[in-house]
Amino acid sequence: MLRDQDRIFTNIYGFADGGLKGAQSRGDWDDTKALVARGRDAIVDEVRKSGLRGRGGAGFVTGLKWSFMPKEAGTRPHYLVVNADEGEPGTCKDREILRHEPHKLIEGSLLAAVAMAAHTCYVYIRGEFLREAEALQRAIDEAYEAGLLGKNAAGSGWDFDMYIHRGAGAYICGEETALLESIEGKKGQPRLKPPFPANVGLWGCPTTVNNVETIAVVPAILRRGGDWFAGLGRPKNTGTKLFNISGHVNQPCTVEEEMGIPLKELIEKHAGGVHGGWNNLLAVIPGGASVPLIPKSVCETVRMDFDSLQQAKSGLGTAGLMVMDKSTDIVRAIARLSRFYKHESCGQCTPCREGSGWMWRMMERLTVGRASFEEIDLLEQVTKQVEGHTICAFGDAAAWPIQGLLRHFRPEIERRVREHQGARPLAAA
Amino acid sequence: MTVQDAIKQAPNEPFSFSEENVAEARRLIAKYPEGRQQSAVMGLLYLAQKQNNGWLSQPALEHIAQFLGMPVIRVAEVATFYTMYNLQPMGRHHVQVCTNLSCWLRGSDEIMDACRDALGIEIGGTTEDGGFTLSEVECLCACVNAPIVQIDDDFYEDLTPESIRTILAELRAGRAPKTGSHIGRTSSEPVGGLTTLTTTGTGPNGGPGRGDA
Repeated sequence: MLRDQDRIFTNIYGFADGGLKGAQSRGDWDDTKALVARGRDAIVDEVRKSGLRGRGGAGFVTGLKWSFMPKEAGTRPHYLVVNADEGEPGTCKDREILRHEPHKLIEGSLLAAVAMAAHTCYVYIRGEFLREAEALQRAIDEAYEAGLLGKNAAGSGWDFDMYIHRGAGAYICGEETALLESIEGKKGQPRLKPPFPANVGLWGCPTTVNNVETIAVVPAILRRGGDWFAGLGRPKNTGTKLFNISGHVNQPCTVEEEMGIPLKELIEKHAGGVHGGWNNLLAVIPGGASVPLIPKSVCETVRMDFDSLQQAKSGLGTAGLMVMDKSTDIVRAIARLSRFYKHESCGQCTPCREGSGWMWRMMERLTVGRASFEEIDLLEQVTKQVEGHTICAFGDAAAWPIQGLLRHFRPEIERRVREHQGARPLAAA
Repeated sequence: MTVQDAIKQAPNEPFSFSEENVAEARRLIAKYPEGRQQSAVMGLLYLAQKQNNGWLSQPALEHIAQFLGMPVIRVAEVATFYTMYNLQPMGRHHVQVCTNLSCWLRGSDEIMDACRDALGIEIGGTTEDGGFTLSEVECLCACVNAPIVQIDDDFYEDLTPESIRTILAELRAGRAPKTGSHIGRTSSEPVGGLTTLTTTGTGPNGGPGRGDA
């Protein structure tokens, strides 16, 4: 188990003052000037050395992403955009950073901006998080007043401005190019890539979009060293991570743990165990709604990191675990997620716009077994026709939960179909 | 009913920003580079919605278009794309029940039933006295505090059918109910006691941690 000394978010629950004074007492803004003075390349190298992978779901190597920004700032300004459009069902980690650790995000933004030669940052916060946006704005105001933002930020010689842009209830704006469209005052519909944002991003300028948690851990990496961060977790899956454990557990909670912690340990140690004990577990969605579920047999041994969960044909995603015990109607649960994707599809690409609605209606029928056996195969085919055939990853996200269900719970669906057809009910599969 | 029909059928009183909101709108526009004032459209829509009792009328969309020098259709595109902009008159309080998976696993069906019953309306409906509008919403991302209801700007967390009934009754009586967790949690810590951050010196560089407070 991770030692408290290695935890980055020491005020994640908001027990102490989240304001500037409190943050400084926890080590934030401690000689930030010296960190900036190391220079652009050194910051990127240190973050690379740490092995940090993006905390928004895709897990791309952060230092590498930063290095895609143009080496020389030309006539176009560079932008850092922080993705605080937290919307993945099962995920509530960025919310805690915004309201309880805002100065880690602000300091991290300054350091990231130096690493990509940006002087301006926009933080895109989902519209529903009004109180969180207010908390961050208070922290930004404090930072300006203390000279930590603005001209010569923190005495570093680097000018840096930070603004909040509020979303308004569209899950798709968590996709980085949809988010950029939204900041430009348009519908949030993803852009075709290439060109990638590092070349043509916000208002056509070089832009890097990073998740809140990714940016907020950067000051700790620079202070304690990339080696310290890389020494936690496992190779290629380094550092600490905020986990959210929700659903059928005795003590749902947010907790910072070491990357690669066994899923079972995470649930038993921090979330008080599964309702009715471990043997009452049915399945877990380990990384937010978009990743396929894993049944209890996989949960016994799987570790919570990018590569382990990928091997288990799921994913770490945002590390929001949704735990389901044996009382769960698993088909209805996935049908609920399908309804979410139908509701949130931006409508730009036909396979997703039409497919998400079709898959949801099909899932609703399967919930009560009102379908033929052939239609189960048809559903699987349709998920494959949506997956990979859209501009952004939303189509994949709509398809994967259903694929996970079919992979692990097909007998249960077949049982329902059989029962609905009036055949002799078989024993539960 | 299509969105266009909804806009057409809504009342059409004239709209312009109050003096105070004109100043706020200019402040919002100043966050973006010169010539990029369209970026402020989302912020201005929020301002207009607040000034107009929680919803956006066609004249409000037209006023914003004029204010930002952009075509009305571009403003309408944004207003219709994002779910938090209301295009029809709303109740004074907007009760938004999350029914996505984490909340559903912890009883959001019962929370929704309690809201229906206490308010006497169905999803999408507004009470006769104009006090409440009831909506079903997608994940609010406070999942470890499920089930959750957002009312106006605040989250109400760790709810039971009883606690949401009490919250609605308080609002009806003109009082401000307690926001956040309704089982006494500060935020998202485990309810049975901390499992982390219990030792001293947990800050970066070995600085003070929770245990030192």
